[in-house]
Amino acid sequence: MSIDQSTAAKVAKLARIKVEDDALPALADEFNNILGFIEQLNEVDVEGVEPMTSVTPQRLKRRKDEVTDGSQQDKVLANAPDAREGFFAVPKVVE
Amino acid sequence: MSDLNKLGLAEARDALRKGDTTSVELTEACLKAIDAADALNAFVHKTPELAMERAKAADERIKAGDAPSMCGLPIGIKDLFCTKGVPSQAASKILEGFKPEYESTVSQKLADAGSVMLGKLNMDEFAMGSSNETSVYGNAVSPWRRGNDDAQLTPGGSSGGSASAVAADLCLAATGTDTGGSIRQPAAFTGTVGIKPTYGRCSRWGIVAFASSLDQAGPMTKSVRDAAIMLETMCGHDPKDSTSAELAVPDFEAMLTGDIRGKKIGIPKEYRMDGMPGEIEKLWSDGAEMLKAAGAEIVDISLPHTKYALPAYYVIAPAEASSNLARYDGVRYGRRATLEAGDGITEMYEKTRAEGFGHEVQRRVMVGTYVLSAGFYDAYYNRARRVRTLIKKDFEDAFAAGVDAILTPATPSAAFGLGEMTEADPVQMYLNDVFTVTVNLAGLPGVAVPAGLDKQGLPLGLQLIGKPWEEGDLLNTAYALENAAGFVAKPQQWW
Repeated sequence: MSIDQSTAAKVAKLARIKVEDDALPALADEFNNILGFIEQLNEVDVEGVEPMTSVTPQRLKRRKDEVTDGSQQDKVLANAPDAREGFFAVPKVVE
Repeated sequence: MSDLNKLGLAEARDALRKGDTTSVELTEACLKAIDAADALNAFVHKTPELAMERAKAADERIKAGDAPSMCGLPIGIKDLFCTKGVPSQAASKILEGFKPEYESTVSQKLADAGSVMLGKLNMDEFAMGSSNETSVYGNAVSPWRRGNDDAQLTPGGSSGGSASAVAADLCLAATGTDTGGSIRQPAAFTGTVGIKPTYGRCSRWGIVAFASSLDQAGPMTKSVRDAAIMLETMCGHDPKDSTSAELAVPDFEAMLTGDIRGKKIGIPKEYRMDGMPGEIEKLWSDGAEMLKAAGAEIVDISLPHTKYALPAYYVIAPAEASSNLARYDGVRYGRRATLEAGDGITEMYEKTRAEGFGHEVQRRVMVGTYVLSAGFYDAYYNRARRVRTLIKKDFEDAFAAGVDAILTPATPSAAFGLGEMTEADPVQMYLNDVFTVTVNLAGLPGVAVPAGLDKQGLPLGLQLIGKPWEEGDLLNTAYALENAAGFVAKPQQWW
């Protein structure tokens, strides 16, 4: 499996990381290098083996579906780069 | 008492209880050492006022007779832990200016026990790295040098600032976190002790997430006894972490008898890598001899899927990271890129993440995005998770056959020079974790113990791997190894 520049651009887009066009060839090379290393996994016979979901045998605990926390608007917004009138502010999303 | 910063946790605790010193004196000694050690770039956010406040409160507690072991002991906290009102950046530009409104469970437990936070410690960005060279704060530097050569060496990573600070006696101990070896590799590089407990022992709540199925916090200390004391304080069930184990935490220190007679120690043949330096091989066989001399039985074992641990890790960890790091979007906390007129929300995300994440973090987020993308999920991610099941089974088989602990080298070499790996491809850097990453994949406890010096005078460490939830027994074996190895070397002060 080899990654070309357009795949590298697509991955960058999916990851929401801006990559300039002239940086794409080097990025594709890096991906290919790492994926080449990962390819070794194809040597392993995994027939009938369950993919691990939890490293310790445990079931996630459940709790009652009720409000246990809240009313901390100031704290929630304290670190926002742009907060106005009690909300997070972002550039215009819809026309 | 002089050189109070050079004490370990146990010695300082005993001195406090006897009234030979005070927490204020200990804290002042550490703060002085920290201010004189800017060349190491270990402490990146210093909190002297908070430290003195906590030290005074601890002295009151000790006077009142209400003093848990950690009470009054000055420590450093890795920048990955959220600490209320104190910058917590995970060494990333994208979290510039972030001051959490809450405290991580582990640092809260340490504070509740009366320990004194001196400040935040350098690390690789988002704990992604093995040399502390991906930090927004710049490199942390090891206090160790190759003889008279003044080339700067890496303290290891990602908990490089923690390792450097403990080895240079800037604090009595420090917290670290370990996703693929980030406590044990830096401990081995700096002649300190570091334990990654069983997955689920320490709450992950409030620790900036890297790969949630692998991340665990642990102590980095000057001795095995200190590791036992500090680990006990850090452990325990936390309802705020759904993977936190509801198990009682034993008195780990009380389990340090040094008696390992009859214990079965496994030596896995797959860890004997091609091209392994002779010094590492000798250290390993010397370690086995020491445990044997202490009454343990040494047995050869096989962990057949070892070779596939690193490639499986480099699918699973980036996959989880790409998901965890999706939250850094320039909206809720940290830094937002400056936008141009007409930029919409997508440009904001893309520009913020491009300038906020460093190169290695971007690379891992994108690799993770790729292996999780439609069409590749099964081929990469699910296959890696199947291999992970097999790696865990290797260990289960060994333990089922009667092995109590497994002895391996901690790292494939001694510390390398800062910048020496810059030209190498990322996979070469990843190989640093070859002996430690299996332990995270299997969720097991692992401890690095300093066991000798190489011919350049640099520390080398051995790793012991234990059964799940058997940190006490593991630490006792580590204690026996520490006693036999008699490692006492310290770096010569040049900073």
